[in-house]
Amino acid sequence: MSEVLVLIEHSEGAIKKVSLELLAMAAGIGEPSAVFVGPGADSALATLGDHGAKTVYVADGQAFLDHVVVPTVDVLVKLVSEKSPAAVLIPSSADGKEIAGRLAVAIDSGVITDAVAVSADVVATQNVFGGATIVHSKVSKGIPVITVRTNSIAPVQSGGTATRVDVAAEVSAAASATKVVNRVSVQKSGRPDLSEAAIVVSGGRGVGSDEGFASVIEPLADSLGAAVGASRAATDAGWYPHQFQVGQTGKTVSPQLYVANGISGAIQHRAGMQTSKTVVVVNKDADAPIFDLADFGVVGDLHSVVPDLTARVKARK
Amino acid sequence: MKICVCVKQVPDSWAEKKLTASDSTLDRAAADRVVNELDEYAVEEALRIVEAGEGEVTILSMGPDEAADSVRKAISMGAHAGIHISDPALHGSDALATSLVLAKALEGRGFDLIIFGSESTDARMSVVPAMVSARLGLPQMTFANKVEVNGSTLTIHRVTDYGYDEVQSSLPAVVSVVEKTNEPRYPSFKNIMAAKKAPMETLSLADIGLDAASVGLANAWSEVKDFAERPAKAKGTVITDEGNGAEKIEEFLVTQKFI
Repeated sequence: MSEVLVLIEHSEGAIKKVSLELLAMAAGIGEPSAVFVGPGADSALATLGDHGAKTVYVADGQAFLDHVVVPTVDVLVKLVSEKSPAAVLIPSSADGKEIAGRLAVAIDSGVITDAVAVSADVVATQNVFGGATIVHSKVSKGIPVITVRTNSIAPVQSGGTATRVDVAAEVSAAASATKVVNRVSVQKSGRPDLSEAAIVVSGGRGVGSDEGFASVIEPLADSLGAAVGASRAATDAGWYPHQFQVGQTGKTVSPQLYVANGISGAIQHRAGMQTSKTVVVVNKDADAPIFDLADFGVVGDLHSVVPDLTARVKARK
Repeated sequence: MKICVCVKQVPDSWAEKKLTASDSTLDRAAADRVVNELDEYAVEEALRIVEAGEGEVTILSMGPDEAADSVRKAISMGAHAGIHISDPALHGSDALATSLVLAKALEGRGFDLIIFGSESTDARMSVVPAMVSARLGLPQMTFANKVEVNGSTLTIHRVTDYGYDEVQSSLPAVVSVVEKTNEPRYPSFKNIMAAKKAPMETLSLADIGLDAASVGLANAWSEVKDFAERPAKAKGTVITDEGNGAEKIEEFLVTQKFI
């Protein structure tokens, strides 16, 4: 059975959920091999083996901290030429897409981004135009390079163990052309990451103010252990930071549960959330298009319904 | 300072987008055609850099004949010249072909900076800037929400999920900027008039030294097998709040095992 290379996304060894999902997806195509670059492989090895990786290729070194994107591409180019895998699966993050793009150029292969499923014969399913159209596509030249969205498949614990294979990382001229001189962490909210969260609670124009987000939307999100999102109307008004915008020009989310509060549901917004598994809507306007997506909707004032709901969710704990 | 901004003509992001049944490519006639919104941030950033010093901004676009309108539109923000790569053979080109064409068109022109919007609102792949950087062998300075040129050193803030990385490179370099990097200006009447007279090169594939066998739908590195509209969602339950709205949502969340 051919190998399928899976690029592991992690933060100093703490593996992101999407990486384990990709191992499960790779098992449907061939034999999953994890590619782990940067520091922290020792602590990750057991988890990767337990989630289906037969081999973990490890490349560590200062290069992965000093330079962006390219050192990882260099490792993948080397592994692809040595192993001729059936496919390379990469998380669909900003870094992941750029890694995939450069890898595709380097190995002269086709690239597909934002897949939500990949079949045994490497046909990828994508939800394009904000989920309005479902596309099946296939790489027709070279080794398929596919980026896969978070929450596309559930991770599978196999109880296996992985063999570690160290890979020498050389710093190419292209890699050293950019240098990270400073890493700046902005304060974290303690909430789950918007693009990975299982539940997203969002607010729109109906929230009315930044105070509304702080006193109505955030408390509901926290009671559900959810991430907070916002419509473009809300971020453009300055009520909530731009990086939390869900929509065509913001983040695309596909959580198990999406709670839309005071959001009318313009195409702009629907494009970022309409593949959510379950949608709950609270909106004053019974004619708002967002109700077309609702599994459960309440026509009413979010300023009374949402705090009441928050209190009820808390009381159940 | 010579800056090139690469722009893409896309369907309006407020409109429904469709694929063409016959060849699974974007139905460009189904919606109004506009300059990709994120590319406006790229044009604005370029204008700010030359206004703070000196230089010229050129707009480059690959696309069908109508894309010339988007090149003019981008020039009318205050840029100086345009290059439009248009060739029937380009129809259906994927990201690999697009990056090849852009790289060929950019080669040897001596641009100090090549700036992109970080993604297009139609395909949303976010790969073309990185691919062009790889093809030209220039530093990849992408996903920037801050761009600073100091002599021959370029510094950007690359947006990350934890905040940002401050990244440096020399010039020339390939940059992409994210949404909200700046506030794109509206074209002034003076600049709209100037854009009509701005020099515009219209180039075919042959003009940039490529042949039709390396681009287009038939030579793409990936192919669409089939596509379908997402079936409309089954109508859910919608109730009117009579003081019991929260209670009903609570019941729903319990039956769905969310709480």
